[in-house]
Amino acid sequence: MVKRIIIREEYCIGCRLCEVHCITKHSKTKDIIKTYKGHEPKPVSGIYFEELGHISFAIQCRHCEDAQCIEACLTGAMYRNENTKAVLHNKEKCIGCWMCVMVCPLGVIKIDKENKKVASKCDLCIEEGFPACVENCPNEAIILVNEKGERIEK
Amino acid sequence: MAKVKKISEFVVDRDLEKCIKCQACVRMCSNDVHIYDEEFDIVRNDNSKCVGCHFCESICPTEAIEIKRNTSDIKENYHWKKEYIVDIQKQAETGGVILTGMGCDKHYKNYFDHILLNASQVTNPSIDPLREPMELKTFIGRKPDRIEYEFKNGNLILKTKIPPQLELETPIMFSAMSFGSISLNAMKSLAKAAKDFGTYWNTGEGGLPEELYEYADRCIVQVASGRFGVNIDYLEKAGAIEIKIGQGAKPGIGGHLPGEKVTEQISKTRMIPEGTDALSPAPHHDIYSIEDLKQLIFALKEATSYKKPVGVKIAAVHNVAPIASGIVRAGVDYIVIDGVRGGTGAAPKIIRDNVGIPIEIAIAVVDQRLREEGIRNNASIIAAGGFRKSSDVIKAIALGADAVYIGTAALISLGCHLCQKCYTGKCNWGIATQDPYLTKRLNPEIGAKRVYNLLRAWSLEIKEMLGGMGINAIESLRGNREQLRGIDLNEIELKMLGIKHAGEAW
Repeated sequence: MVKRIIIREEYCIGCRLCEVHCITKHSKTKDIIKTYKGHEPKPVSGIYFEELGHISFAIQCRHCEDAQCIEACLTGAMYRNENTKAVLHNKEKCIGCWMCVMVCPLGVIKIDKENKKVASKCDLCIEEGFPACVENCPNEAIILVNEKGERIEK
Repeated sequence: MAKVKKISEFVVDRDLEKCIKCQACVRMCSNDVHIYDEEFDIVRNDNSKCVGCHFCESICPTEAIEIKRNTSDIKENYHWKKEYIVDIQKQAETGGVILTGMGCDKHYKNYFDHILLNASQVTNPSIDPLREPMELKTFIGRKPDRIEYEFKNGNLILKTKIPPQLELETPIMFSAMSFGSISLNAMKSLAKAAKDFGTYWNTGEGGLPEELYEYADRCIVQVASGRFGVNIDYLEKAGAIEIKIGQGAKPGIGGHLPGEKVTEQISKTRMIPEGTDALSPAPHHDIYSIEDLKQLIFALKEATSYKKPVGVKIAAVHNVAPIASGIVRAGVDYIVIDGVRGGTGAAPKIIRDNVGIPIEIAIAVVDQRLREEGIRNNASIIAAGGFRKSSDVIKAIALGADAVYIGTAALISLGCHLCQKCYTGKCNWGIATQDPYLTKRLNPEIGAKRVYNLLRAWSLEIKEMLGGMGINAIESLRGNREQLRGIDLNEIELKMLGIKHAGEAW
């Protein structure tokens, strides 16, 4: 089933809690305080916050149909999950050439220098079931929809 | 003398063990209470700016923030309350009138809390609203003196022409809050909830924004002393028209929307230049008597071809009963009475807290007076001002109101924490503000759902209470004061309310 994250800039209040929860969900402990205050290095957020004046939004990988990052990847670390159509990243295969970072038209793939010299991006929280940013957005500015565009709630 | 330091009302208690320095509080607080100190890598606070709206508390992902009352107290006593001392200090500094928001919060007796409801036992059966039909449908408008009808081919034909009515699924409507005093998203939440539930919302005196035209049929539009946004489209689109004479929070006082709140959208809706102060005069300068009011009522009825109910809203003041009688005789379809606890976006504190009478007594005396004069059916009574729960609503109806207006309760369902700082335009919850940073915090999709839930919950509770009394329609409770008993009330209070004391049988 294809799920998509929709961002609604008119409701984004700029609190950046999506980043906090994205980082927490991709950490080892999954505990917010331990993630931020523990000794383990924090993962890089898969969601990027942009603002200009009162307009703000948080954007993550759009999982493009013709994903340039997949084409550019030398090792096949960047691949498409056939079931969900999500563009995913295999850290084991990644050699850190960062071509994906170069070609991404939205700039939503970042270099994770702390953990390993690999790329880091949104994985739609596939392992956890429901995207952390959608679940924790206090104003429902980030929502999840199915292929028909109907909203999916947890 | 040494300058007096401003006493903080609240203290931000930050648990540094839990604080992850995500700075959500820093970004969110419109009062700049939270400050990130880069040098020490710590979030600090300026308590003197905190208004106690609890937005930071609800946004903090680790529950590291707690807002507490400042316990470092000045020596107050029964006569010299802390509030009065602080107010004098403020006035000594500024020389100005102290402004505030929301309704009167003073100690005056709350009569709803001194009225108890009845229930059926043995001699009449109570009704289970989950199993049996229970009717909350309410019609607002002038009811004919008598009904004439005939039977034709077995069908009942109504010969009497029924004046225009508002049909409500529940006897609760949203009170007037203007575009300007509250944000468009707040209005949209109320409008959508009203339309979905089958009740009415009210534009207030600030006109009807174009974005809300789709909810106009479920809207009561106001014609107030400033005449903001009044045009023929406005009148024709609406479900009903309300002439605003007064408001419970500030009887006898006009309004003032500061220029900085008059954005492009508001200037368009209110039909005034952008950035100019929107001043509502204290009186309508064309209404100095009941006869003048009658002219405006009929001018509005004429303009809308007698198709819509026209009402008048007044504040509950000492002569409320005779004034209401005059208004009904002037030809209104409904009358709104706003009690001393009625809310506002901005009012001088001294007026809000000292002018007007409680709504409970006002409903009782107005209903009584109109009945005695035989004109009660000529107009519906809508009570407003400080309804906190469904039992307040049902008690008001038993005292004689047809329906109630809720304002503050609806805003609380939208996030309001009653910090009473509506007049500053810095509402963190996105309700009483026009700042684009803040208004988007109120997502009308979520808002409408929450307000709808409130209406649903109160309606269910009202049905439960009605069922307990053995009544299956709200119509049968209207003005049925035998279902009420007073407690801790003296004889004159009981007389004014027209109810018996607890223990007195029929």
